[in-house]
Amino acid sequence: MTDTQMLIAALTVFVLAIFIGYEVITKVPPTLHTPLMSGSNAISGIVIVGALLVAGQADGIIGQILGAIAVGLAMINVVGGFMVTDRMLKMFKRSGDK
Amino acid sequence: MNTTALFSIDATNIGYIIAAILFIVGLKRLGSPATARSGNRLSALAMLVAVLVTVLGNDLMSWEWIIGGLIGGSIIGAFSAKKIAMTNMPQLVAVFNGFGGAASAVVAAAELIRLIDNGDGIAENISITIMASVIVGGVTLTGSFIAYGKLQGLITTKPLLLPIRNVINVALLIGMIAATVWLVIDPSLTPFLIAAGIALALGILVVIPIGGADMPVVIALLNSYSGIAGAATGFVLGNNVLIIAGSLVGASGLILTRIMTKAMNRSLANVMLGGFGVEDGASASGDEETRPIRSIQPDDAAMMLAYATSVIFVPGYGLAVAQAQHQVRELADLLKDKGISVRYAIHPVAGRMPGHMNVLLAEANVPYDELKDLDEINGEFSRTDVAVVIGANDVTNPSARTDTSSPIYGMPILNVDQAQSVIMMKRGMSAGFAGVQNELFFLEKTMMLFGDAKDSVEKITSELKDL
Repeated sequence: MTDTQMLIAALTVFVLAIFIGYEVITKVPPTLHTPLMSGSNAISGIVIVGALLVAGQADGIIGQILGAIAVGLAMINVVGGFMVTDRMLKMFKRSGDK
Repeated sequence: MNTTALFSIDATNIGYIIAAILFIVGLKRLGSPATARSGNRLSALAMLVAVLVTVLGNDLMSWEWIIGGLIGGSIIGAFSAKKIAMTNMPQLVAVFNGFGGAASAVVAAAELIRLIDNGDGIAENISITIMASVIVGGVTLTGSFIAYGKLQGLITTKPLLLPIRNVINVALLIGMIAATVWLVIDPSLTPFLIAAGIALALGILVVIPIGGADMPVVIALLNSYSGIAGAATGFVLGNNVLIIAGSLVGASGLILTRIMTKAMNRSLANVMLGGFGVEDGASASGDEETRPIRSIQPDDAAMMLAYATSVIFVPGYGLAVAQAQHQVRELADLLKDKGISVRYAIHPVAGRMPGHMNVLLAEANVPYDELKDLDEINGEFSRTDVAVVIGANDVTNPSARTDTSSPIYGMPILNVDQAQSVIMMKRGMSAGFAGVQNELFFLEKTMMLFGDAKDSVEKITSELKDL
């Protein structure tokens, strides 16, 4: 594929994903908006994939260090985000639930 | 290409599709409190799949660095998730947003260095997406830390207005475009570093003028940026799972931003340009307030509640500041034991982030079906004996409905003034964030109960027990 074809393919995925996100997330009730934010925060930690790739493919020491920093930052988001969201969601109870 | 990776490219990409599906299903399950916890776990599983597939599908070197990053990040993340108090959740989300943005910017930097070292030249679209990634990531990083500072009280929550800030902002935007053009023409580190510096400065300048009560909008917007930065990184690396997950987060943050601005009856531009209640609120503080108010003591309030048949609590940021959620639930339990109907009215912008009040009350074991949003509860106030307002102000001001000259005119409010009587818990007579006096205070049916919310609620509860 040429550069332009790749860019257009990526744009297609991007636009469709925004629409899916919009449809799915509009249905989240206001009571769950804080867990939605912290949970989606954890999902934005997906940049860990990019961080692993650049860290693992870097030739020089600078690239390796930058990669490791990115891995660390993304990992804070992933681990912290999912854990704190779980901690919050555990607290949501209906009347009568024990 | 000579590679020792365990997975083929096709297997890797199939793994990414599975991860993307799990992310979407996980978010869908956040649609109800009953399924939300499993949804969050599905998203976590999706992340695990994406990471494993990446490790197995690529020939990664320099493991010692990667493992160091993995362990360090996990420890910091787990520690903050366990330790954070629910009242400080907005600060945690702000900081995590910042780290997400920073990670995207750093990945873009590392990729640019690798491409420059390769010496094969860089395609235009890659240069542009590298710039997008570092700019959005940089703005998210510093913007989030300023938001954190304001939420934590380290930086004044008053809007700070630089006189020529719009000129500066425009100059910075032009600088970014120029740096991007430079990088496309001559791929080197200098234009990249210039753009990074501008992005970091812009993040500070954009968030600093925004006042404390507008933080829900800012946090939601930065949340969206952290996702968009991730998606931009996906464009740089040509990686679909990054693009998909990043866009999901971007969409989520944008939806929340829109809900928040709608609940304030303001445009996003109006919030971002800042200075609410500073520029147009000057006239409100002009005349000294002389109208009479009625103030009561906790024992009177206990008496009012004891003879009610229905009560609505209206929590606001003051509840979080006083950390009074457990005391409120205790009082509510006592009222319910007496056969009184108890509900909570939650305004979308109550607190410092979307859903802040709901999490606090959930922490105090208040069942989520007792929490009602604006549309559900507004018709009920006229049939309610006592509305108890705890640390909320502007969202209960009836002049939003009637006074066309008020800066908050048109903002959807909770119709607290339609209840038979109102108990307003407040520290003092100060105006709300919008800088306007709350007309509710001067109604004949409104009783002011001055003091710390936690203290007042505790006293009412003990008086009620003695009745």
